[in-house]
Amino acid sequence: QEKEELIEEWQPEPLVPSVPKDHPALNYNIVSGPPTHIITVNGKECINFASFNFLGLLNNEKVKSAAQASLKKYGVGTCGPRGFYGTFDVHLELEERLAKFMRTEEAIIYSYGFATIASAIPAYSKRGDIVFVDEAACFAIQKGLQASRSNIKLFKHNDMADLERLLKEQETEDQKNPRKARVTRRFIVVEGLYMNTGDICPLPELIKLKYKYKVRIFLEESLSFGVLGEHGRGITEHFGINIDDIDLISANMENSLASIGGFCCGRSFIIDHQRLSGQGYCFSASLPPLLAAAAIEALNIMEDNPDIFQTLRTKCERIHKALQGISGLKVVGESFSPALHLQLEESCGSRENDVKLLKRVVDYCMNSGIALTQARYLEKEEKCLPQPSIRVVITVEQTEQELDKAASLLKEAAQSVLN
Amino acid sequence: INHIVHNGGLYKRPFNEAFEETPMLVAVLTYVGYGVLTLFGYLRDFMRQWKIEKCQNATEREEQKDFVPLYQDFENFYNRNLYMRIRDSWNRPICSVPGAKVDMMERVSHDYNWTFTYTGRVIKDIINMGSYNYLGFAQKTGACQEAAAKVLSQYGAGVCSTRQEMGNLDKHEELEKLVARFLGVESAMAYGMGFATNSMNIPALVGKGCLILSDELNHASLVLGARLSGATIRIFKHNNMQSLEKLLKDAIVHGQPRTRRPWKKILILVEGIYSMEGSIVRLPEVIALKKKYKSYLYLDEAHSIGALGPSGRGVVEYFGLSPEDVDVMMGTFTKSFGAAGGYIGGKKELIDYLRTYSHSAAYATSMSPPVVEQIITSVKCIMGEDGTTIGRARVQQLAENTRYFRRRLKEMGFIIYGNEDSPVVPLMLYMPAKIGAFGREMLKRNIGVVVVGFPATPIIESRARFCLSAAHTKEMLDTALKEINEVGDLLQLKYSRRRLVPLLDRPFDETTYEETED
Repeated sequence: QEKEELIEEWQPEPLVPSVPKDHPALNYNIVSGPPTHIITVNGKECINFASFNFLGLLNNEKVKSAAQASLKKYGVGTCGPRGFYGTFDVHLELEERLAKFMRTEEAIIYSYGFATIASAIPAYSKRGDIVFVDEAACFAIQKGLQASRSNIKLFKHNDMADLERLLKEQETEDQKNPRKARVTRRFIVVEGLYMNTGDICPLPELIKLKYKYKVRIFLEESLSFGVLGEHGRGITEHFGINIDDIDLISANMENSLASIGGFCCGRSFIIDHQRLSGQGYCFSASLPPLLAAAAIEALNIMEDNPDIFQTLRTKCERIHKALQGISGLKVVGESFSPALHLQLEESCGSRENDVKLLKRVVDYCMNSGIALTQARYLEKEEKCLPQPSIRVVITVEQTEQELDKAASLLKEAAQSVLN
Repeated sequence: INHIVHNGGLYKRPFNEAFEETPMLVAVLTYVGYGVLTLFGYLRDFMRQWKIEKCQNATEREEQKDFVPLYQDFENFYNRNLYMRIRDSWNRPICSVPGAKVDMMERVSHDYNWTFTYTGRVIKDIINMGSYNYLGFAQKTGACQEAAAKVLSQYGAGVCSTRQEMGNLDKHEELEKLVARFLGVESAMAYGMGFATNSMNIPALVGKGCLILSDELNHASLVLGARLSGATIRIFKHNNMQSLEKLLKDAIVHGQPRTRRPWKKILILVEGIYSMEGSIVRLPEVIALKKKYKSYLYLDEAHSIGALGPSGRGVVEYFGLSPEDVDVMMGTFTKSFGAAGGYIGGKKELIDYLRTYSHSAAYATSMSPPVVEQIITSVKCIMGEDGTTIGRARVQQLAENTRYFRRRLKEMGFIIYGNEDSPVVPLMLYMPAKIGAFGREMLKRNIGVVVVGFPATPIIESRARFCLSAAHTKEMLDTALKEINEVGDLLQLKYSRRRLVPLLDRPFDETTYEETED
């Protein structure tokens, strides 16, 4: 009887709390037409400084015709996971090509960029293992770490001294319990070019630490693949490091390759394990063949035109210089990074107000023909929430006049809104 | 155990689900089979360790030999010794549309499946009973493909931005309105990957202090989403309503485990059709329980959308219920619509909340435009809005194929699991040797099937799983049935003794529920 009463009385919370109508993340920009160099946002034509289309391959005719041919041959979907008749010859070809391009033994493809690193980390790191991760790691890495249930140790962004301190602490722990230490795996997870801060990780020092303290390195190269290095092979080529020194390189194909999905590459010893234990690989449908064909063609273009990387770098340096000295906004990111952040020099007190102020700057620019966006984060879920910022993305398709126009427009916007 | 349930008028049509018991002799022989394989496994490992046999595994780098080993030796025991023997049944590469008939690349192995080489020949016209092509939309010609081609030339293949930033195309808005109309809900949101839809949105809906009641046999994406959310998870026996009711009662009466505070909310996770069992969720009873105990229902219709119901609107229509009773309707576009991606449908507040707080909206690239167009065209086709009756005809063809196929297989004497109306047909094999043998024999006869063993199924219940499609004609089904009959006689797979247990629901015993630590 009492139980009946308890059941009657209990009131659950509503399934979701209501969201205020003017929440900044609720009203999306509607893009009509393709999100290429000239983009039509909310009805207005602008120059695109917001899509990660670094090599301008989104509108490339060769890529589109390769995808068309694949569409005529295979249809759109694959109707199955890789294990059950979902493996097409295009997938095998793309994996081979990626492995050859990155000069590793093997590569594995995922059908969703976010799921790539979020499935790769839990496949190797389990409960009881230790992972040292940079504070500015992107959300996908954080989710992968959460799913793996390992011990996470955060070290300050790009601070090798802090990392070494943590590694030394771990060493003293190990000496207390050598039996446990012999079976605890250790990993360092870093990004080549950080999405949240636009700078690169000091890879040569990391390699030294790797061999000194016997930790494995997982490198996430979503932004640096197709950007850094003489041929676009990423940060290992940029620093001239032997690729076998990195245990696993993971990247998504949604930035430079202008396709969808992601891949991991490395030695067969490591990659083959993911074919049975990568959750996003085994339990999910494979990549639609037209997207795989688009990626193969994009890779061909990257291999045939190695000078676009230098062009991209010159453009990045140009705009990095031009954006210095804007009153009220500071540039965050390396000079050769194609994805920069513009943060407020002085915060106005609360994050909400900062976001509103930045929105006014963005709206000013959009009305004058430059499409920008604020960097979006889930405020409650991030471990180390970055400052609110405007994202500026540089692509090879932008001409020098457009870069200069963008820089001067931002100066104007900052003047009018922030003063 | 055979269930024919007319539970107090909740069901408007007979609900026939059967899970015949494993014959005792077969169970014993299966265990013996696994025992022998394990012994041989130890022997081979021993020989490999002592270098009598060549070790064909990839190995660690010389420079890293003194690092902590990446894999435990024992973890890979199953992989090395059992999976390797029959590895050619999986990951078969195809080179044509995954329709009713498919072309497969021939591959041979000269070293017992450690490596494969492609001979370059293509095996043509294999009857495809493995792809999830329920309504036959995997086509390379036709209205869907033409529309997708047009959108591809106009928009390109990728998007390069997230939904909340610059990746929200007008096509996405069109798709979401259409999906909401199709399902009969207020509003919907689409994502690029079905697996990610679950694993990224369940954490947005529930958190610490909430309770998740999840079915025993839920898919890995639901389990991962539940784990990532941080809520307490309790598991009820598969499709067993008494088990679910007991858990609900206990949860409300006793509250949270240590503090005894009441739960913030309770979410029940179920699937429309369970892909390994072929069973359909008892939706009328689940909804009655949900209303009685004021909890929320999350229905994953990955396999049932498009495949059940007189007009293809899924398990809710199949039972004649209203979509407003289900709080969160989730599904995927991979199976019946021949594309890729997932969606969530529900009330407007729910979808607005997900637009703001879903992990996928903020961090993951949005769907590719030609894929979106394929979904739009196929949904319109199913609804009949493109002016033809193709959609309706396909849904009916699938239902007929399902009934015919299941009836004939049962008559032949195989043990078939699941509900009579589910297009997923698991045929029990049990013994480990038969898993590989069945797959290979069927391939020799030009029929492609999917076989599954441990760990996707319990260790003795390995099975072959047929996925029927509206694209299968009666002749194809007859050919397939003839071959299955032959192989069944050859491998002695006709275990069924057609023993009907009298009309009781599955006997209910004390539930053991597991709680996970935070």
